[in-house]
Amino acid sequence: MSNRVTVTLTVNGSEHEIEVEPRRLLVHALRDDLGLTGTHVGCDTSSCGACTVHLDGLAVKSCTILAAQAEGAQITTIEGLGGEHSLHPLQEAFWNEHGLQCGYCTPGMIMAAAALLEENPHPSEAEVRRALDGNLCRCTGYHNIVRAVQSAAQAQAPVAS
Amino acid sequence: MITAEFEYERPGSVAEAVGALAAADGDAKLLAGGHSLIPLMKLRLAAPGRLIDISRVPGLSAIERDGERWRIGALCTHTQLSRAGVGLLSEVAATIADPQVRNRGTIGGSLAHGDPASDLPAALLALEGSIVAQGPGGERTIPAADFFSDYLETALGPAEMIREVLVPAADGYGFGYQKFNRRAEDWALVAVAAAIRVQDGTCADVRIALTNMGPTPLRAGAAEAALRGAPASAEAIRAAAGQAAEGTDPPADLDADAAYKRHLAAVLCERALRAAAGIA
Repeated sequence: MSNRVTVTLTVNGSEHEIEVEPRRLLVHALRDDLGLTGTHVGCDTSSCGACTVHLDGLAVKSCTILAAQAEGAQITTIEGLGGEHSLHPLQEAFWNEHGLQCGYCTPGMIMAAAALLEENPHPSEAEVRRALDGNLCRCTGYHNIVRAVQSAAQAQAPVAS
Repeated sequence: MITAEFEYERPGSVAEAVGALAAADGDAKLLAGGHSLIPLMKLRLAAPGRLIDISRVPGLSAIERDGERWRIGALCTHTQLSRAGVGLLSEVAATIADPQVRNRGTIGGSLAHGDPASDLPAALLALEGSIVAQGPGGERTIPAADFFSDYLETALGPAEMIREVLVPAADGYGFGYQKFNRRAEDWALVAVAAAIRVQDGTCADVRIALTNMGPTPLRAGAAEAALRGAPASAEAIRAAAGQAAEGTDPPADLDADAAYKRHLAAVLCERALRAAAGIA
């Protein structure tokens, strides 16, 4: 069996056409076919959230989606959020609030948090924690991550106190 | 982890999907959100020769009120359902896994998978909803009580697919869903869905269903009978909830033995019934 499917998808604003086996997972298409290695493979069982990207505006775990299922989709990865010289407010906040140690979970954390802030620009601490239910960090104990998300929320859409 | 090889096709309609299933002669699986199927395939616990991707089939994503019932399209995601104000089902959908999984997982997929640890089956059973399935010979409506036949097994035929789910609106009922698990995003160790209609201080109707207390979701008949007609009081609820696990034989697993699961069922049943009766 050597069947292949052609998949056209827009990643961080650029359209790509790739030819892959149907069993190619989206995370591997992003990392290995498109060279976007900011999206990580952690548990590979849809638990840890390190592979979180936005698919048509929704946070999803790209280790549990076939590349073929993303045909025609708009995808945003951590690279599309901001770069070294133009950090996204969440990236800036994770830096300032020490929201990471090893950094492995960070791209997924930030993509999940970005989806939260799109919907709810001023989440409470409990809402941040609940929105990050699907993202595991084995270093920080989460406190600084939650602080970073709240700090980014304040930076993006300040509320008078 | 990489799945075994498979052929992939994307039909444009329910009829095409059912035709493809029939043509594959048992060697195909329907793919919707994929959040039960793809993990099983990555672990090589499932290796279908063909995936029929129904996620783009139009007309299967609506949630609409139709008189005394809700009609929920098979492709509605848990996120959609959690925000649609469909009483107990919306409350339950909001507790499934985590936001990313809820963005992909669908009601049809969850029901067809038939995992007794997943949340929607018990809720549908408690409300006495039904499943509309389309097969090569036409359409049939299967009551939830007849749908879940065994562990990961349902009444769906090899070439049938779920088209929609029908749920009584249950106006006038209060609801509660209580789930116990050890990790934020985990499956239920045990969970209890409850619905009560209180009339003049009395429990006029009581529905209780159990998640993960056996190979299928189960009705807690003894507890229901104990509370039906009784006052909607904390004492009556406690007494009835004590019978939640009656007649069940939950399998022991790494997290809990049977006695602990039975204990959890009673505790969670009391909490779910109190929530349903509006007792803080």
